[in-house]
Amino acid sequence: MEQGMLLSAGADIDFMVHGVFSYELFGQTVWITTTHICVLIVMLVIIAFCFAANRAVKHATEVPGTFQNIVELVVEMLDNMVGGVMGKHAPRFRNYIGTIFIFILVSNLSGLFGLRPPTADYGVTLALGLMSFSVIHFNKFKHQKVKGVIEGLCSPWPFWAPINIIGDIAVPISLSLRLFANILSGVVMMALVYGLLSQIAIIWPAALHVYFDMFSGAIQTYVFCMLTMTYVSDACTTD
Amino acid sequence: MEFNTEFILGCSAIGAGLAVIAGIGPGVGQGIAAGHAAAAVGRNPGAKSDITSTMLLGQAVAETTGLYGLLIAMLLLFVKPLI
Repeated sequence: MEQGMLLSAGADIDFMVHGVFSYELFGQTVWITTTHICVLIVMLVIIAFCFAANRAVKHATEVPGTFQNIVELVVEMLDNMVGGVMGKHAPRFRNYIGTIFIFILVSNLSGLFGLRPPTADYGVTLALGLMSFSVIHFNKFKHQKVKGVIEGLCSPWPFWAPINIIGDIAVPISLSLRLFANILSGVVMMALVYGLLSQIAIIWPAALHVYFDMFSGAIQTYVFCMLTMTYVSDACTTD
Repeated sequence: MEFNTEFILGCSAIGAGLAVIAGIGPGVGQGIAAGHAAAAVGRNPGAKSDITSTMLLGQAVAETTGLYGLLIAMLLLFVKPLI
């Protein structure tokens, strides 16, 4: 266990995060793991897409070409999704929701291309959960002011406050654990299939890839964004 | 009292097996959701796509508790916190 939690590999079934190299920082050993590299690859893919999309939109034509069509489709889909859930609060959150939607979706789908999905590492999903938590509470304090937040905490009776606080803290934990456990279960299943049934794993694991990587990944992306939007628009409503 | 590593590993494996019993709850819950969705489509076939997306969202949220059981099992088996 010299590489720390979740870094050790077992037998020939391999679904763990591996350390690639380490360096010393303020007396702590910091590991650069496969997750970092996969996040970098996902990031580069998204950035390349963004540059191409930017270029396509700047040189937009009256009759859109294939790529411009795809870009417009993606943007319209995200806009409609956010607009449908958040109503009048939608314009301010389209950027944030769209960004995390595209990042999580590409991360989940990266399992198809032989990467270990970055979202199967709790470090990534916890960061996403904490980002949503910050957005929720920033907007809560902005729209309901301190008085409203305290009133919300003491909502049925004042002694209910500890339970409300626990409920608030549980939001990022459940958001991140849901995404993490779903993707991790897919990764473990595929590793078991390829590790234990490697003799007969021909073609048919494709069906499992469709379920675990594409279906489950897309559903969890949608759920994460949906719950974030619900919480945020809940925080924005003043009554 | 001292326990040797093998004993703790075996008990961890039993604990992991017990932890994934948590999968029963989400199974029943998702089944109920799917059943009601099927009934809703029967009453109002026009709203099929809306019903399906709502059902999938609810099922994905209901799945969480089962996944917590899975996580506990994975922790017991691979991180080995008791050794």
